Amino acid sequence: MENVRKNPLSMQIDPALFEPATEDEKRQQEVMSESVTFFRDGMRKLMKNPLAVGSIIVLVLIIVTILVAPLIVPYGYADILKVNGKRDRTNKNLSAFEYSEMEQKYIDEGGKVFPHIMGTDSLGRDYFIRVVYGARVSLTVGLFASILVLIIGVIYGSIAGYSGGRADLIMMRIVDIIYSLPDMLIIILLSVVLKERLGSSQNFLIKTLGANMISIFIVFGLLYWVSMARLVRGQILTIKNNEYILAAKAIGAKPAHIIRKHIIPNCISVIIITTALQIPSAIFTESFLSFVGMGVEAPMPSLGSLANAAREGLQSYPSQLVYPAVLIVLIVLAFNLLGDGLRDAFDPKLRR
Amino acid sequence: MARYIVKRVLLAIVSIFVICVITFFAMNAIPGGPFNSEKALSEATKAALEARYNLDKPVPVQFVLYMKNLLHGDFGISTKTGREISTTLINCFKVSARLGLTAAVCAIISGVILGAIAALFRNRLPDRIIVFFTTLFTAMPSFVFATFLLLVFCIQLKLLPVFDASSRSYVLPVIALMAYPMAYVTRLTKTSMLDALNQDYIRTARAKGVATIWVIFKHALRNALIPVITYVGPMLAYILTGSLVVENIFTIGGLGQQFVKGIQNRDYPMIMATTIFLAIVMVICNLLSDIMYKVVDPRITLD
Repeated sequence: MENVRKNPLSMQIDPALFEPATEDEKRQQEVMSESVTFFRDGMRKLMKNPLAVGSIIVLVLIIVTILVAPLIVPYGYADILKVNGKRDRTNKNLSAFEYSEMEQKYIDEGGKVFPHIMGTDSLGRDYFIRVVYGARVSLTVGLFASILVLIIGVIYGSIAGYSGGRADLIMMRIVDIIYSLPDMLIIILLSVVLKERLGSSQNFLIKTLGANMISIFIVFGLLYWVSMARLVRGQILTIKNNEYILAAKAIGAKPAHIIRKHIIPNCISVIIITTALQIPSAIFTESFLSFVGMGVEAPMPSLGSLANAAREGLQSYPSQLVYPAVLIVLIVLAFNLLGDGLRDAFDPKLRR
Repeated sequence: MARYIVKRVLLAIVSIFVICVITFFAMNAIPGGPFNSEKALSEATKAALEARYNLDKPVPVQFVLYMKNLLHGDFGISTKTGREISTTLINCFKVSARLGLTAAVCAIISGVILGAIAALFRNRLPDRIIVFFTTLFTAMPSFVFATFLLLVFCIQLKLLPVFDASSRSYVLPVIALMAYPMAYVTRLTKTSMLDALNQDYIRTARAKGVATIWVIFKHALRNALIPVITYVGPMLAYILTGSLVVENIFTIGGLGQQFVKGIQNRDYPMIMATTIFLAIVMVICNLLSDIMYKVVDPRITLD
C-alpha cells in the first residue's frame, strides 16, 4: 500500500482511516473537564491569588500565636512582673529580650526567667502578652461585630426585598436616615452614655466584657448594618426578577424551595465578601475608640489602647508604639487583601 | 432634578433632627446631673445652678427649649468653663476647617494625579508602587500614621516643629489626615480612568489625531473625575472624624480637641454641641456632594 504512489485526485480511500481507535486515542478525545462546584472553583481561583494566600498565611499565623502564646508565656496581661515572688522595681520599660537587674541576678543564681519578647511596659508588665491579648480583643470585636452586622443586615434587607411595596419603601427610608448619620460621632456619643449607664452594672456579661465593649457591639448593631441591608435588598430584588426564578415558579416550585435553591446560593458570596470586608472596619473603629480612651476597660489591653498608652513614652520607648501599630496594620491589611481576593474569586461582577 | 433636590434636602433635615434627638436624649440618659461629680454642693446652690441651665424643668420641655435655642444658633453654656459654647465652637471650627480643607484639597489633587498616573502606566512600575502605597494607607488608621509622623519627623529627625500656629506645623497633620482619602481617591480615579480610556470616544479622538496629552486631560480625565465627586462628602466626614484624634496628637486647638476634652471633663453641653455641630457639617457636605454629582452627570440615578 505504502509504496504505491498516490494520485492526489484519486477517490481511492485509505483503509487506515477506518481502523478502530485504541483506548489511548479514545481517552484523548474526551474534552470533558472534571465538574467543579461553585465553591471549589472559587477556592481554586483564590489559591492562585498570591496576595490572598499571603494574607491567609499571615492571619493563620497571627491567630495561632494569639491562641497558643498565653499557654506558653507564663505571664498574665495584667500581672506586674515579680521575681521569685518578690516585687521587682527595676523591670519597667525594658527593651526586647532584656532582663531587669533583679531577674539577671536570679538567673545568675540558677533561676529561670521567661524572656520578655517585646520587653515590658511602664508598669513592669510583659509587653508581648499584652500585645497578644490586645490582638485577641481587637480580632474578637471585629469578628463579633461583623457577625452582628451580618445577621441584622441580612434579615432586614431580605424582609424589605421580599415584601416590596410600601413596607419596602418605609424600611428603606429608615435605612437612608441611619445611613446619613455620621457614624463615628454617634458611636462616641453612645459609648460615653452607655459607659456611664452600664459602668456600675453588676451584670455578669457586662462585668466580664466591660461596658465599653458592650457599647461597641450595641452601636454596631444599631448603625453599621445599613449598608449590608441595602446590599442584600438590592441582590434579592435583582435575583427575584431573573428568568430562572420565573421558570421555577412556572414549574410549580414552592417559595421555600426557590429561596433555598435559587436565591440564597446566588447572593451568599456577596454576603460573605461584605462580611469579610466588614471585619477590618470594625477593628478600625474599635482601635479608634480605644485610642480616644473609650475602648476596653483599663487592665484589658486592645491594640488601640496600647498604641494610645505608648504615646506618653513616645520619645524614649518608641518600640511600644511600633508593636501594636504594626500589628493593627498587618491585621487590617490582611483582611482587606483577603476580602479583595474573595471578591475576585467568588464574584467577578462586584469588582470595582 | 428639582424633585430630587427637594427630597435630598428633606432627608438631610430629618437626619439632622434625628441626630439632635439622639444626642439630647442620650445625654439625658446619663445617670446623675452634671453637678453631681463636683464637690458636694449645697441644695440651694445646686437648685440655682440647675435653674440656670434649665435642668429643673421636665425633659420634653428642656428638649423644646434646647431645640429653640439651637435654631437661634445658641448651643448653651459650657458647664466646665461657663463660657458661651457657640463662640468657642466658631473659633475652633476656623482652625479645624483650615486644617480639614487643606487636607481635602491636597488629597483630591494628589489622589487624582496619582490615579491618572497609575491608570496610564497600568501594570508597570509606577502603577505597582502607587498600588502598594494606596493599599498600605487604606490599612493604616489615621492615629497610627499621625503618631508615626510625629515620632519620625518631630522627635527623631527634629525636622518640623510640634504644633505652633505657623503654617509649617500644618504639614504633618495635613499629611496624616489626607493619607487615607488620598489612597481612596487614587483607587477611584484609577478604575474610572481605565474605564474611560477604553471608551469609543477616546479612540475617535485618537483617530482624529488629537495629541495624547489632550486626549488624556480633556476626554479621559474629565469623565474619570465624576465618581470622585461622590466621594467628597464621605471624605470630608472622614477627615472631620479623623481630626478628632489627629488634633489631639498634634495638640491643635480645633473642634476635635474640644470634643475629646468635653468627653474627658464630662462637659455634657459641650459634647452635645460639638456632636450636633459636626453632624450638621457632615450632613451638609454629603448633601452638597450628592447634588453636585447629579448636576455634573444627569444620567445618574442615585436610588
